[in-house]
Amino acid sequence: MRCGDFKESYLEDEKIFQTWFVKFWLGLLLVCLLLFPLLADAYMLYIANIIGFAIIGAVGLNLLTGFTGQISLGHAAFVGVGGYATAILMTRLDLPFWVALPIAGLVTAGVGMVIGIPSLRVKGLYLVIATLAAQFILEYVFMHWESMTRGIRGINVPPPRIGGFVFDTERSFYFITLILVFLGVAFARNLVRTKWGRAFVAIRDRDLAAEIMGINLFRYKLAAFAVSSFYAGIAGGLWVAFMKIVTPEHFPFSLSIQYLAMVIVGGLGTVLGSIFGAVFMTLVPELLNVLTGATKYLFPGMDQLFIPLKEVIFGVLIVSFLIFEPHGLAEIWNRTKNFFTLWPFSY
Amino acid sequence: MDIIPQIIVSGLAAGGVYGLIALGFVLIYKATSILNLATGEFMTLGAFVCLTAMTQLAAPFYIAFLVTLAFAALLGIVIERIILRPLIGEPIISVIMVTIGLGSILKGLTHMIWSPDYRSFPKIFPPQPLDLGFAIVPSGLLWGFVSAVVCTALFTVIFRFTRTGLAMRATASNQQAALSMGISVKRVFALSWIFAAMAASIGGVIIGNISGISIHLGNIGLKVLSVIILGGLDSIIGAIIGGFIIGILENFAGVFLDAFFGGGVKEVVPFVVLVVILMIRPYGIFGKALIERV
Repeated sequence: MRCGDFKESYLEDEKIFQTWFVKFWLGLLLVCLLLFPLLADAYMLYIANIIGFAIIGAVGLNLLTGFTGQISLGHAAFVGVGGYATAILMTRLDLPFWVALPIAGLVTAGVGMVIGIPSLRVKGLYLVIATLAAQFILEYVFMHWESMTRGIRGINVPPPRIGGFVFDTERSFYFITLILVFLGVAFARNLVRTKWGRAFVAIRDRDLAAEIMGINLFRYKLAAFAVSSFYAGIAGGLWVAFMKIVTPEHFPFSLSIQYLAMVIVGGLGTVLGSIFGAVFMTLVPELLNVLTGATKYLFPGMDQLFIPLKEVIFGVLIVSFLIFEPHGLAEIWNRTKNFFTLWPFSY
Repeated sequence: MDIIPQIIVSGLAAGGVYGLIALGFVLIYKATSILNLATGEFMTLGAFVCLTAMTQLAAPFYIAFLVTLAFAALLGIVIERIILRPLIGEPIISVIMVTIGLGSILKGLTHMIWSPDYRSFPKIFPPQPLDLGFAIVPSGLLWGFVSAVVCTALFTVIFRFTRTGLAMRATASNQQAALSMGISVKRVFALSWIFAAMAASIGGVIIGNISGISIHLGNIGLKVLSVIILGGLDSIIGAIIGGFIIGILENFAGVFLDAFFGGGVKEVVPFVVLVVILMIRPYGIFGKALIERV
C-alpha cells in the first residue's frame, strides 16, 4: 500500500497541484469564493476587494524582493503610477478600462525598469535607499505635475463597464478583482518554476555565482523589476477604478512599508506567502477598526488611538516575525500541514 | 541685500543640523553595518522627551537636556539588546526591515503619548539674530548650527582620542581582529547605538528649537539619508560636509526652482541628489570604495 505521496520524476515534483486532495480543496475554495458575494454584505465585499488588490501588489513585490532579492521601498509609488496611468488614460483618451489597465501595467513596468537601473550598479543597502528616493520623487511628481495629475484635487475615474453593464458596486467589482487575482497568482506560480524564476532565485542566492553560471544579471534584474511593477500597476489601476478617484496621498511611503510587511509576514520567496501576508495585513487593521468601534462606549477616546495603534501593531508584527518566524506565515502553514499528514501516528 | 550669501548662510546653518543627525546614522553603520531607518523617530522621541521635561516638570533646559540624553542612551541600549542582537548575521533585508518596523512602533507610540498636534519649544536661546554684514542669521538657526558643530566635534574627539573610540574604530575595521585583541564587540555595538540615539536626539531638540515639533519630525531622518550617501556611509567627516552641501543645495533649489515646479522643491531635491550620487559615485565623497559590482 502506498502510504505517502511519492514523486518519481522531476516533473511530478514541480507540479502545482500535486494530489487529488489538494485539487479538491482548492476547487472547493474557488466555489466558496464565487458564492461569497451572494452571502456577504457591502462592507465584507469592500474588504474582499481591498484584499484582492493587496494580493496582486504583494505577489508582485514578492517576485522582486522574495525571489530576486532586490529590496524595494518604492512599491507604493509604482502602485501610484499604475493608478494615475489608468486614470489619465481613461479620462483623457477615453479608453475603456479593459484597455487602459494593461497599458497602465506596461507603463508602470517601464517606470519600474528605469528605477531598477541602479540595481545593476548598487545592491543591498544602496538599492534600498535608491528605491526609497524613487518613492519620494514619484510622490512629488503625483503632487506637483498638476497639468497631468491635477495635484491634490485628484482625478475622478468612471467605473469599468461592458456594454450596458457598469461595475460600480462592491459586488460586481468583486468578480473583476477575483479574476485578476486568479490570473496574477497563476502567472506568478508558473513563472517561478520556469527558467526565469530559477534565474531570479539564483540571483538572490548569490549574484556573482549566478553570473558565472551564465545568467545575464542585467536582463533578469530588470525583468524582475518590470514584472513586479507590472503587478503593482495592475493593483493600482484596479484600486483607482474601484475607488473612482485618485489623489496623491493614497500612495504614501507607509504603504510601501505595508507591502514589504505583507511579504515578510507572509513569507519571502513563496507565492502562497504573499497571499497569506496580504490577507493577514489587511484584516488586522480592519479587526482593530471593529474592536475600537465596539469599545468606543467603554473607553471614550479610543478611536483617536486607532491610527497610532495600527502603526504600533504593524511595527510589532514586522519585528516579531523577523525575530521569531523569519519564513513567515507560509512556514507556519507548512508546519501545520506536515503535522497533520500522518496524524495521529506521526512517528 | 544680496540674496546668494543669505541662502548660503542659512543653508550652512541647516546643514549643520543635518550633519548631526547624519552622525546618528554613520555611528551605527560604522560599527555594526546596520542602516538604522528609525533614526528619524529617535529624533522625534528625543525632542518630545526634552519638551515634556521642560513644560510638564518645569525643569530648566540643561536638566531637561541631560534627561533627554539619559533617555536616548536607555533607548539605544534597550533596542540594541532586544531587537538587533538576535538578528546579528541575518540577511540585510531582515535588518533593514526590523529598523523600519521599529520606526513604525516608535512613531505610533509617540503619536499615542503626545497627540499629533504641532508644538513650539520654549525659547532657550537668546532671540537676537546675528548680522554678519552680508547676511542675517536667525537666532534659532545660529544656535542650532553652533550646538550641532559642538556636538559633532565632541563625538569626533571621542571617536579619535579615547579608549572607547579606539575600540569602536577597531570593531569597525575588523570585528574578528577586534575580538581577538580583547575588545568586547557586543559592548561596542551597544555603545554605538547609545551614541547614535544621543546624536539623533540632540538633532531633534535643535530642530525643535528652530521650527517646533510634531510627530512628523521624523521625516527629516529620511531626508538625511541623502547626506550620508553623499558624504559616504562610513565617514564622520563626510556626514558633516555632506550635511552642509545638502543644506545649501536644498536652499538654492527652494529659492530658484520653486517657481518652475510649483513649490515644495526643497523637500524633493535631497532625494534627486541621492539618486544622482548613487548613479555616479555610490560610496560617496569620503566613503570607502568597497562596493562590489556585478
